[in-house]
Amino acid sequence: MIDVGGTEGGVRLRAPRHRVARRAVLWWSCQAASRVVVLLAAVGFGAWWSPFPNRALVIALIVLGVLGIGYVTVMPWWRYRVHRWETTESAVYTAAGWLSREWRVAPMSRIQTVDTARGPLQRALGLSSVTVTTASAAGPLTIDGLERDVAADLAERLTRTTQATPGDAT
Amino acid sequence: MNEFPPEEATAAPTPPPGPFEDWQRLDPKAVVASTALVVAPMFPIVAIMAVSDDGSTRTLTTAGVLLGVVVLTLVGSWLRWYFTRFRVTAERFELREGNISRSFRSIPRERVRSVDLTAPVVHRLLGISVVKIGTGQKAGSEGELKLDAISTARAEELRRLLLRPRAGTTPESATPPVADSAEETGTELARMRPTWYLYSTLTASLLLFTWAAVGSALSTLSDVFRALWAADTATDWLSDTASSVWTHAPLWAVVVAAVVTVLVGGLLGALAFSVEMWWGFRLTREGDATLRVRRGLLTTRAVSLERRRLRGVELAEPMLLRLAGGSRLTAVATGLEHGETSGRSDNKALLPPAPRGVAGRIGALVLERPGTLEDGAPLRAHPRVALRRRLSRVLLPALLLASGLAVAAHQSEVVPWWSWLVPLGTAPPAVVLAWDAYRNLGHGHRDEYLVTRYGTGVKRTVLLQREGIIGWRISQSPLQRLAGLLTVSATTAAGNGYYSVRDAEAEQGLSFAESCVPGLLSPFLEKNSEFTSESVDSLDGTSHERAKKRTDHP
Repeated sequence: MIDVGGTEGGVRLRAPRHRVARRAVLWWSCQAASRVVVLLAAVGFGAWWSPFPNRALVIALIVLGVLGIGYVTVMPWWRYRVHRWETTESAVYTAAGWLSREWRVAPMSRIQTVDTARGPLQRALGLSSVTVTTASAAGPLTIDGLERDVAADLAERLTRTTQATPGDAT
Repeated sequence: MNEFPPEEATAAPTPPPGPFEDWQRLDPKAVVASTALVVAPMFPIVAIMAVSDDGSTRTLTTAGVLLGVVVLTLVGSWLRWYFTRFRVTAERFELREGNISRSFRSIPRERVRSVDLTAPVVHRLLGISVVKIGTGQKAGSEGELKLDAISTARAEELRRLLLRPRAGTTPESATPPVADSAEETGTELARMRPTWYLYSTLTASLLLFTWAAVGSALSTLSDVFRALWAADTATDWLSDTASSVWTHAPLWAVVVAAVVTVLVGGLLGALAFSVEMWWGFRLTREGDATLRVRRGLLTTRAVSLERRRLRGVELAEPMLLRLAGGSRLTAVATGLEHGETSGRSDNKALLPPAPRGVAGRIGALVLERPGTLEDGAPLRAHPRVALRRRLSRVLLPALLLASGLAVAAHQSEVVPWWSWLVPLGTAPPAVVLAWDAYRNLGHGHRDEYLVTRYGTGVKRTVLLQREGIIGWRISQSPLQRLAGLLTVSATTAAGNGYYSVRDAEAEQGLSFAESCVPGLLSPFLEKNSEFTSESVDSLDGTSHERAKKRTDHP
């Protein structure tokens, strides 16, 4: 582990050690695709029903389509590069986001609950999300797109560790 | 379930040890109080009807309906009273209630975070109080148990019993009579000064609130009038007078008169409201453990806060109040309602809006620090890039709008040529606000407290106990990344749930977080020169194995 020793400057956050499952890219792509399809359908519907032949709407549709394709292809891979997680004996550390990024740290001693959640799509892909909550209303850490076994194991391990450490600073 | 105590037990002048050990009922007067709440608004209606009575059957019917409502309410609140029982055992506080859907709630006494007493006017006349017992759970009603109502003396007793640091688990040791008399007095930290009403009158939210209240009251009244056709002539007269004034007086006079009426009315209303809110305000410390705020003219409120639940304080200065040199002081504590979700902030107020110096001094007293909150090293200012961000945030939209309007004016006759000047005109005040927002940014330490300051509409200074920090949330938008800034948020169980240092220079922000809670963030920091972040395991299975190994064998 790197010891920064409280030095001023020259410090930055390093990425957490573990990536999520590669299939998470597929999961994110599906989510993105469904979003884009809904949006395009709405605009397309508007263009079709529009009382006068509206070229602007058609152009908007094309632009949105191109942007949507870009979103569906780029965003999941970008996320896959960013989303990472790590646990040490004293803390859980996650990174998430793509354009905007967010890093969260929660000490083991302050963890209250550990949940795993699997939506239908995640289940089909054999993925799981792990959510770690603390006493703060603002502090849950979520690790999306974990391999199912990894998630179950992680949740079990975190639960065991947190049961051993009392107190949650409420 | 135990047998209920005989009535004498509650009326006895000296309660036996463990006074709430057996199942207790609410005070029967609560039935009267809750019925009175329903009945009171009916009096004006009945009175108006009696006055404008034309001998029709409508009056009788309405009276009958109202009587029915009264009876129903009476029965309903009697049933509620009959089925509600509570008790305090050595370990737990238990509450049974409900006649149709019965509920039983039992919470460990150590989870009780706050016990608040409220007495609206009717309750006060009857000598009873509503007791709210907060457990600090997130979900609003889930976390709060309400006893409506028990006699004020017993409510006091219950409050003291529940908030006493648990010396032992036996009820005998939990109620030493000596401590009661000592706590009765408490140490006074602050009490109301008449000039402070002016500060609370200034608080803009109060102004708005007053107008909302007046508006809703007026619309209710007009509904009543309209429903009864009682005021036809009055409204005719009013509108006649209004229209004659309107047509005969010059326009500017009417406008000025309207504005003056609104302002004066608003100010008077706000003054009345703040007197009602803050009359008889006292902040006391009882023993070592509890802070207590008591206030209210018509409705009295008494909020208790355990010292160990207090994680810090917040100084909030809304713009108007800030210009007058005033500030509000609120508690950052666990177990109080969360500001963002509830919008109700009055139960975390430690002080009415007061001069900034006083607020700082009382804040320091509350945190048991010498001097005032302002003492100590000045807060660290944020880099100039943060100012640029704030400036561009206000100026870019104005410029875009101005250029858009200029183009539009050039293209069409409808848009007047000077229209692009309007958004530009908003630029100077916007620049002032941006500069103010930048100047207010700051962060630092005050001993065991993290300090962050931000905001321009409401300038906030938060002191958060470093022990109360239970994690970090660090975020960076693409624009922040370009500027080399990030936002560091300390998460906590108290108050809002998190407090942010906005737009800190990246390295400063990180080392600040690390110095606030040494050791929490350091394993995840690296020197800029060392480029090790890409040492990531590509196979999830192996990485997982390694993680496990690292956790098990540090």
